[in-house]
Amino acid sequence: MTEARIDHVKGRAAVVRGDDIDTDRIIPARFMRCVTFDGLGEYAFHDDRAQAKGDHALDDERFLGANILVVGRNFGCGSSREHAPQALMRFGFNAFIGGSFAEIFAGNCTALGLPCVTLEADDLSALMDSVSAEPTQEVEIDLEAREVRCAVGIFPANVRDGTRQQLLEGTWNATAVLLEAGDAIEGTAGRLPYLSGFAG
Amino acid sequence: MPSPRSLFDKVWDAHAVRELPSGETQLFIGLHLIHEVTSPQAFAMLHEAGLPVRFPKRTFATVDHIIPTDTQLRPLSDSLAEAMMAELENNCRKHDIALFDPASGHQGIVHVIGPELGLTQPATTIACGDSHTSTHGAFGAIAFGIGTSQVRDVLATQCLNLARPKVRRIDVTGKLGGGVYAKDVILAIIRKLGVKGGVGFAYEYGGEVIDSMTLEERLTVCNMSIEGGARVGYINPDETTFAYLQGREFSPSGDAWGRAVDWWRSMASDGGAPYDDRVELAGADIEPSVTWGINPGQNCGVNERLPFPEDVPSDEQGSVREALDFMELRSGEPLAGTPVDVAFIGSCTNGRISDLREAARVARMGKVAPGVRTLVVPGSQAVARQAEEEGLDEVFKSAGFDWREPGCSMCLAMNPDKLIGQEICASSSNRNFKGRQGSPTGRTLLMSPAMVAAAAIKGAVVDVREVL
Repeated sequence: MTEARIDHVKGRAAVVRGDDIDTDRIIPARFMRCVTFDGLGEYAFHDDRAQAKGDHALDDERFLGANILVVGRNFGCGSSREHAPQALMRFGFNAFIGGSFAEIFAGNCTALGLPCVTLEADDLSALMDSVSAEPTQEVEIDLEAREVRCAVGIFPANVRDGTRQQLLEGTWNATAVLLEAGDAIEGTAGRLPYLSGFAG
Repeated sequence: MPSPRSLFDKVWDAHAVRELPSGETQLFIGLHLIHEVTSPQAFAMLHEAGLPVRFPKRTFATVDHIIPTDTQLRPLSDSLAEAMMAELENNCRKHDIALFDPASGHQGIVHVIGPELGLTQPATTIACGDSHTSTHGAFGAIAFGIGTSQVRDVLATQCLNLARPKVRRIDVTGKLGGGVYAKDVILAIIRKLGVKGGVGFAYEYGGEVIDSMTLEERLTVCNMSIEGGARVGYINPDETTFAYLQGREFSPSGDAWGRAVDWWRSMASDGGAPYDDRVELAGADIEPSVTWGINPGQNCGVNERLPFPEDVPSDEQGSVREALDFMELRSGEPLAGTPVDVAFIGSCTNGRISDLREAARVARMGKVAPGVRTLVVPGSQAVARQAEEEGLDEVFKSAGFDWREPGCSMCLAMNPDKLIGQEICASSSNRNFKGRQGSPTGRTLLMSPAMVAAAAIKGAVVDVREVL
């Protein structure tokens, strides 16, 4: 079973500035009292937005309809909650461009088919300024070419090889790939002494 | 002679099922821990795909995040929490997964009960849908926090696809001063290496300070690895580890014990093992530490003056300004003396019996200051029983502290325990993120449990060394 192949994402972008934006800010814990991910989109950045009183990228009319979120460094740090990318995905984002991403957040995004690519600091800053000044421009993430294209240029984009390959080949839903190992899973288990209780 | 290897490399290689076409590794997961928040959607995906749980005996469940700490009686007063708990019960029943619920007497925070039951063992791989899974590394396990889709992967295949991280060895040398705790050690490490410094790394902690720590202190250190960006943090197993494990419910026993210890010993890092990076801190330089900002790296000694934004590198000035504005704290002044509204003792970082003993030692010296709200939340039912046996609950109660039932509580405030408005909380937990403790404008000061108890008594942040 494979999922959609994702070789590029294009569309309009929105910019959330700042480093170390944690998953508690992306989706406060009180909204995780649920047994499905349904409806999480409306709570994305809930408290930041309330405190900004309308002056937040997710409430900025100029960014309406954006599907690419441009962020700073270490985006998605903190909790492992998949509710964070789920909330952003359900809000309407299907790709992220940033300075860097926290590891668990990036892994969760890959499992949902949402590319996270990083740019060098100067390029990211130029992209943020360009999108802020001209939000209607088209931004394109090209995973095949490892590039981000926007009104002010073409920037080299970094993405981990394994992640890139999973997205390009449509194997980002890992369950099917892992199941292909078949009996090799039990084979590995059989060589681990603790799984048999250290039987002699 | 084979070349020396780190524990990380040995454990990774022993659990590798195969290399995947993506270049990542299919890694077998020896122990899977689940809880009510991040598992229901994973089971739903599993059911939708029509897949069974591949190794139901290698998954264990408990309820911790949403459980109230005033009473655990069912049905829970919050209907959403009750629905989550019922869902977990249904899924465990359906798939024959052991559930440590309140009726079992073993309920508690997932990272507290794994160790105390002897489920967490050296040289194993562990996964849990919770970022503080790094805690279990204190035994020399390689433990990963994972998202819900990966919980599904582990349920269906007992495996994860993972990119092999680099390994950074962190030595804490010498000795700690009095009143300096494991919490201060990990806060100092995160301050030095930054909250993103560990991305792409597993941290191996060692050196004289770590070697001489109790197992529970090591749990505190490994717990906060993720706050430094490292998904995995571990400490090589030694006599301290084996002594802790012997006789626990799921520990090997009889003839198997000796074989287990031999294997665990063989998996520890070899002398001369290669590391991708090495860092050293002097234990004597570590002070009782408190966070002043909105991430755990923004911390300093309790008497140290808070930074001026101009004094930090230009790309960090914005973060410092944002943090000081949010916290309403002033550059150039120390945290000591900052009034607190709430004191929280608990969490997977510092909710164990040794933490409660240290906090009680301080609580014996006074009464909670007027107007300070307190919560003492044992990490598990077993911790609560032990504390009650030692009379610690009475120590806390007679000093005016509120003694509660076990759970995650105000560490992340998914249950009714929350800050109100802009309250400032002295907290023994792990995250000082904006809104983390339940009020969007609430403010968190992370510190050791003894420092929290001291702050509760003084009504303000205080150097615990002045109290002890």
